Amino acid sequence: MLGIIASIVDGVLIGSVYGLAAMGLTLIWGVMNVVNLTHGAAIVAGMFALYLLTSALDLPPYAVLPLILLGGFLVGVGLYWIAVHRMIGQPPLMFLLSTFSVNLVVIGLATAVWGTGLFNVPVSLPGVTWQRYTFPGTHLLAAALTAVIAGLLYLFLYHTRLGKAVRAVADNREAAELSGIPTTRVLSLAFGLGVALAAAAGMLIATMFPFTVLAGDAYQLKSFVVTALGGLGNPAGALVGGVALGLVEGFAAQFMPVSWTLVIEFVLFVLVLIIFPRGVFAFTRS
Amino acid sequence: MKSEKTGAIDRDRASPMLYRPFFWIIALAVAAFAVVPLIGDNVQLRESLLLAAVYITLASNLNIMLGYAGYINFGSIVFFGLGGYISVYLVSAHAWPLAAAELAAGVAVSLLALVFGLGILRLRGAFFALATIGINQGVQAFVSNFEPWGGSAGLYLSTQIFEPLGGAMRSLWVIYFLLVAVMGLSLYLSYAIKTSKFGLGLIAIGQNEDAAVVLGVPAPLYKALAYSLSAFLPALAGGLYFFKSAFIQPSDAFDLSLSTEAMVIVMLGGRGTVTGAAVGAYLYEELRGWLLTSETFSNFQLVVSGVLLLIIVLFVPGGLMGWIYGRWPRMKQVLE
Repeated sequence: MLGIIASIVDGVLIGSVYGLAAMGLTLIWGVMNVVNLTHGAAIVAGMFALYLLTSALDLPPYAVLPLILLGGFLVGVGLYWIAVHRMIGQPPLMFLLSTFSVNLVVIGLATAVWGTGLFNVPVSLPGVTWQRYTFPGTHLLAAALTAVIAGLLYLFLYHTRLGKAVRAVADNREAAELSGIPTTRVLSLAFGLGVALAAAAGMLIATMFPFTVLAGDAYQLKSFVVTALGGLGNPAGALVGGVALGLVEGFAAQFMPVSWTLVIEFVLFVLVLIIFPRGVFAFTRS
Repeated sequence: MKSEKTGAIDRDRASPMLYRPFFWIIALAVAAFAVVPLIGDNVQLRESLLLAAVYITLASNLNIMLGYAGYINFGSIVFFGLGGYISVYLVSAHAWPLAAAELAAGVAVSLLALVFGLGILRLRGAFFALATIGINQGVQAFVSNFEPWGGSAGLYLSTQIFEPLGGAMRSLWVIYFLLVAVMGLSLYLSYAIKTSKFGLGLIAIGQNEDAAVVLGVPAPLYKALAYSLSAFLPALAGGLYFFKSAFIQPSDAFDLSLSTEAMVIVMLGGRGTVTGAAVGAYLYEELRGWLLTSETFSNFQLVVSGVLLLIIVLFVPGGLMGWIYGRWPRMKQVLE
């Protein structure tokens, strides 16, 4: 019984990081009404940024996080102008294809450079011991940092003028444009933020688990499940959805081999989309 | 443009299949595939055309969803892989003859697609696309854990399996001809759907699903049927393909890059055109062969596919056929 509780607690810690990744996806969905298929590539980019910066420049692992947030934001804004801007107003099919092709290019290049082997970033942090169980320090710190980033995002969205503009564009792009909000710039900003959040989540995942170039697909699917649970376009719901997914994973790990996780997650994804198309934890957006 | 299109369909419906030029263009292409490698027993050409036939089959069937109904299917390779698994399993474990195993695989995969389709096709646009990615990953994870199908190690066929087809050498030719037949059927299926009322309904769904429903198109049924129909021939192709290699494992059978290539092909040739899917597949196969032999690019095949797709989506969304139609509008009446 204690084992189950311990693994559920750990699941919640990991799940909050899934929530962080999904926040990036859901922010872009909320503002542009499109699904960003470069999400998995952004997560992998965060993982490899951590690997490169710690191994080449010898930086301490967590000092890299601000750099990754900033870099992710800049890359995201660049991507917006390359692949996304021309797709605004086109059918969603074309948007999916264009972000998918960027994903292919990034993953293809990374595969050519690093291959598909397993990478690991050693992070030594003391864990917290409770009864017979030890919660790794990396999991605890990842969850804490997720809370900090989510808090900052909340402050940005609800207590700054620019954040208000982002919410206005999400509500109604044409009305926002008529009120004098430079919507194109806001869209590129939101896309940059979404990519930055995904990259940060990738970095935090890389401190906890080993990873490969191809890990993006699995984490992208997790983000989709989380956003489906939390309601698309709803950052707060994404965090709750992430914790819920972590709970499910932690619980399921007790009863079946890990390789089944993806099947369970996918079934959950389709069921949730069909039964609760607006999300299980969809709070009304203010 | 719209009235022109319905006009073409009416005219086509008025004339029986055998009098339509496009029917004979397809027949000619299939005949060329069958005859050309026979000249001088050209095995190398046969292998490259075999791959082209697989690409044409996958792209034509993907086109039914992507091109006509406007629904993106990232996991179309699931049909190919499952078809391969079912027929290899029936041949190896239950000693079924190839033809029976093939047919069983095709029917089983189509039925499964119908069941999946009725479920996930209630999702629209981006949600459907996400679900198709999930289907591929879910099925792959399931097969990797499914012991009767060898789990992640896969299934092998012994070489004796080729005896009924006249030995290893001759059976390769037999499988090639069968694959070319599957390719021809795929092209005819695409063409027949496009000129039918069913196809008109799908195209209407692709242009505006709400408007189509209002006009009386039974959208959920049509989409599920299209999804199921587009599963049958890829399943046959998968069965033949993996029978030929006498080996199947999850990472080959559900290789998402093949799905991706099929999408690049459809966009390259021109979404929603029968000719485009075929010509695009042939061109892509040539490009791919060139890339694999080139020293600089052999590691960058995915990157090249990605850049190609991005350029098409951003600058030439109509693809090759879109460009041809724009330049020579009369070609619309000959090449579908």
